[in-house]
Amino acid sequence: MVATPGTYRLRMWEYLLRSWRPYFFSTLGEALLAPVLYLLALGFGMGSLVNRNGTEALGGVPYVDFIAPALLVAAALQVAIGESTFATFARFKWTRTLWGTTATPITPAQACDGHVLFIGTRLLISSAMYFVVLALFGVAGGPSGLLMIPIALLCALSCAVWVLALSASIADDGAVAFNLLIRFVVLPMTLFSATFFPISQLPWAVRWLAFFSPLWHGNELARATALGGVSGWAIVGHLTFLVVLGASGFVMARRRFTRRLVV
Amino acid sequence: MIRARGLTKSFEVKSGATVHAVRGIDLDVPPGEAFGFLGPNGAGKSSTMRIIACGSPRTSGELRILGLDPDVDGVRIRDRLGVVPQQDNLDEELSVRENLYIYGRYFGYSRAHCWAKADELLEFAQLTEKSKAKVVSLSGGMKRRLTIARSLVNDPDLLLLDEPTTGLDPQARHVLWDRLFRLKQQGVTLVLTTHYMDEAEQLCDRLVVMDGGTIVAEGSPARLISEHSTREVLELRFQPGSQRDAEPIALELVERVEVLPDRLLLYTQDGDETLVQAHARGVRPLSTLVRRSTLEDVFLHLTGRSLID
Repeated sequence: MVATPGTYRLRMWEYLLRSWRPYFFSTLGEALLAPVLYLLALGFGMGSLVNRNGTEALGGVPYVDFIAPALLVAAALQVAIGESTFATFARFKWTRTLWGTTATPITPAQACDGHVLFIGTRLLISSAMYFVVLALFGVAGGPSGLLMIPIALLCALSCAVWVLALSASIADDGAVAFNLLIRFVVLPMTLFSATFFPISQLPWAVRWLAFFSPLWHGNELARATALGGVSGWAIVGHLTFLVVLGASGFVMARRRFTRRLVV
Repeated sequence: MIRARGLTKSFEVKSGATVHAVRGIDLDVPPGEAFGFLGPNGAGKSSTMRIIACGSPRTSGELRILGLDPDVDGVRIRDRLGVVPQQDNLDEELSVRENLYIYGRYFGYSRAHCWAKADELLEFAQLTEKSKAKVVSLSGGMKRRLTIARSLVNDPDLLLLDEPTTGLDPQARHVLWDRLFRLKQQGVTLVLTTHYMDEAEQLCDRLVVMDGGTIVAEGSPARLISEHSTREVLELRFQPGSQRDAEPIALELVERVEVLPDRLLLYTQDGDETLVQAHARGVRPLSTLVRRSTLEDVFLHLTGRSLID
């Protein structure tokens, strides 16, 4: 009895959900608490200083409205990085459970698909929670603000697939590589991608770097849905960047899973 | 079940050199047989097992598993295989029962079927009482039993076991052997690797001895012993270090002598007779033992390694 490829992908997804289950409530608590703290400290606390200085650079909106959409996207990115680094690497190297999985009819590429599905599910849940908190504080924009959820999903997933490929490729010590990744890629990306201030505040010499940051594209899109004021062409550009990044990373991740598990 | 002709496996290592792990082996394993790979570390046993498990493509040669070509029908073959890897890869954070359930799900079975199968296998592996325990809390022997139980979720036609009892205490090994015997009686084809000679003798109908990526001998345990060793072995124990003094005399008495740190092994048809001759030539060991040849003697002979290495 051989099942369909779709079934095998879902069975991998089912396993990942089951192993996440013990952590469900702790991640939920985190997903609700983090936005409250960020909004209070940065949005309202520091925002009161920013607003006093004039908000033209922010497009004329209060600071808390400016950062809220980007906080949601940046949080999604954190979740995606967490799931695609240590958690995934462990299945290759420490617990080796993926070797058990691919001794069954499930292929490495299908196992990769299951991971993408799972991370997508995780992102959907945590972004929705984040959205609820933003809405409670009245900083989630109008009805079109709901689109922040799929945008955060797209942005975070387009990064996660590349990190999945990395996790599948590291032979020895994942911890070193991931610490480098988090310190020298994810953190700078979070700080300089118009999350906390618009990139118009950056000198031209470094401003172009943001154009290569998937988070900047995600932030701009999320802000466009919540606050408006971005041209249609810019939206198409941001979406194209993220879709191309995600699709190419997905192909890469599937290949890397196969190369790792079929030797 | 398995048919291989001229099977090879080579791969490049980081330094750019090519390693030839398997150098052209022929295999025929009929249904219902318990077949063993014996050999020292690095002989190519595990590489061969990975190829048979469809987890590693062969470099060249012909191969049919269950009548199918792994390069074409890997999914269909893996659907019918049970695999017990050398290193356990259970999910330690899930319960014992969940590990079996999830593995059943991987094969595409329904939820109800997987829970029922999990309970049946818990019984088989004598782990029913541990059903709800997390795997991380199990002993090594229990984990191994769980891994074997897990490999049976799809009622495999062919069960592959890579060093099933390495690292276990004697009691745990006997429990495992007992379970494997039952499977054998049910007609499951077993293919296993081991470097325990007693395990090979207990479980295998037929064995191959591998060394350096090739098969150096093949046959039933009894036949291997009769072909590659003498009927009896005379062991002469000495003060460690002084055993070599008696080696020249021993070599005059018998054709083959193995030198161990504290003793000489003399391969002979009649151990008592050889002992009398040795005494007559002035050999004065601390103690002596006459025993029948075992697979261990065959192994030492064929793989050309003395136990001193």
